[in-house]
Amino acid sequence: MAINWFKYSAPSTFYGAAGKMIPWFAGASAILFIVGLYMGFFVAPTDVQQSEAYRIMFIHVPVSILSMIIYLIMAGYAALGLIFNTRLSAMMASALAPTGALFAFLSLWTGALWGKPMWGAWWVWDARLTSELILLFLYLGFIALHASIDDPRRADRASALLAIIGSVNVPIIYFSVKWWNTLHQGATIKLSGTSMHVAMQQSLLTMFLACWLFAITMALLRVRSIILERERNNQWVMELAETKK
Amino acid sequence: MNPQPIAQQKSGVDLSLIGLLLLVIRRDLLLAMRRRADVLTILIFFVIVVTLFPLGVGPELNLLRTMAPGTLWVAALLASMLSLGRIFSADYLDGTLEQMMLIPQSLSALVLGKMVAHWMVSGLPLVLMAPVLGLQFDMSAEALGILILSLLLGTPILSMIGAIGAALTLGLRGGGVLVSLLVLPLCIPVLVFGAGAVEAVTSGISPVSHLSLLGALLLLAFVSTPWVTATALRISME
Repeated sequence: MAINWFKYSAPSTFYGAAGKMIPWFAGASAILFIVGLYMGFFVAPTDVQQSEAYRIMFIHVPVSILSMIIYLIMAGYAALGLIFNTRLSAMMASALAPTGALFAFLSLWTGALWGKPMWGAWWVWDARLTSELILLFLYLGFIALHASIDDPRRADRASALLAIIGSVNVPIIYFSVKWWNTLHQGATIKLSGTSMHVAMQQSLLTMFLACWLFAITMALLRVRSIILERERNNQWVMELAETKK
Repeated sequence: MNPQPIAQQKSGVDLSLIGLLLLVIRRDLLLAMRRRADVLTILIFFVIVVTLFPLGVGPELNLLRTMAPGTLWVAALLASMLSLGRIFSADYLDGTLEQMMLIPQSLSALVLGKMVAHWMVSGLPLVLMAPVLGLQFDMSAEALGILILSLLLGTPILSMIGAIGAALTLGLRGGGVLVSLLVLPLCIPVLVFGAGAVEAVTSGISPVSHLSLLGALLLLAFVSTPWVTATALRISME
């Protein structure tokens, strides 16, 4: 079965496809959230050192990892848009940015809540915390630059360039716990074996998938609005059922 | 056959890349010298910001000595942000930039020339002024030497990264604040290693690793930023 992928790189066809995909992603995300939170709060055992406080990890770790992954995906879409001049890629990049910024913010917020009982401080000037904060600034810079340019084409291209430059920061965040000897603990989840209880690991994985699906849902919802906004003068938009009022 | 006339044959103008670079630097410096007040304003801003810190935290010398490298570096960072708008905006407003982009030679070389000129006008005075301000903070001679060295290595990077931001925000409303929002996060490594080098020497550790990293950043910026800025200019001007 051959699928013509290029068909869905046109905003008009992707609009419909995205609309069909959203309920599935949203539903799966909601189910995984419920399962993951239940497992995290009731099934996973109490930690010996950190007692109950460690449970914030089930939010903190997925949003932190995703804040980095979303930035890379955003920069990837931005690069695609810049190189091949595809309209949809740039729209996807700007649709991903607010979710990424939200995740970066949540990562810092939950990190502060976790840091207070564990380290005795809401914030420490640790390499990983600082570089995650820079990531949040990069997201905000991307959004601000895009918002302040009126011409959508120039806005897409200028912010794409910024996103690509900023992606230098992602490896710095990821390796910061290895390069600098810091307060923030190193990676616990490794490909070859882990030092974590199985139930904890499974709930973490479930929450990670839930957050990922949530990000996809939000990006698709947002990209549909962006498509409508950008293509509002086109015939196919005027023929849509939801625009006829 | 010597390689020089290739540019000549293509363009009909006797201008090698180095020639273009020197020409742009000379032109921008000349323009800056005609408006000396602009250069002085940045320097005065730098001095005032640095002066505010002892007034704000109190004149305790031990405290000031530990704060000095960070304070001077942050002030230098802010001062160089303030002057970023000037790299391209005057040329953009009177249409010169559009003409410049038509040159047959590499746009990156032209941009590099503008970066160097910008550094000589806004970065170099700060480097020369910093030791005097450092004395106000009771810094030792050794620390002052490292401070000058770290600023010499670091301020060109600020001009280069800043040029990207300036090119991206060319002709936008509220460009001045926006450019700080875009550029400051990218400048943080320079600040960390620059101030870190001075702190290392005051606490008795060798500053070589910090300075080497700054040097590496400078080389990286030297190789990549002119091209990125040229791309940004093309995006903004099309």
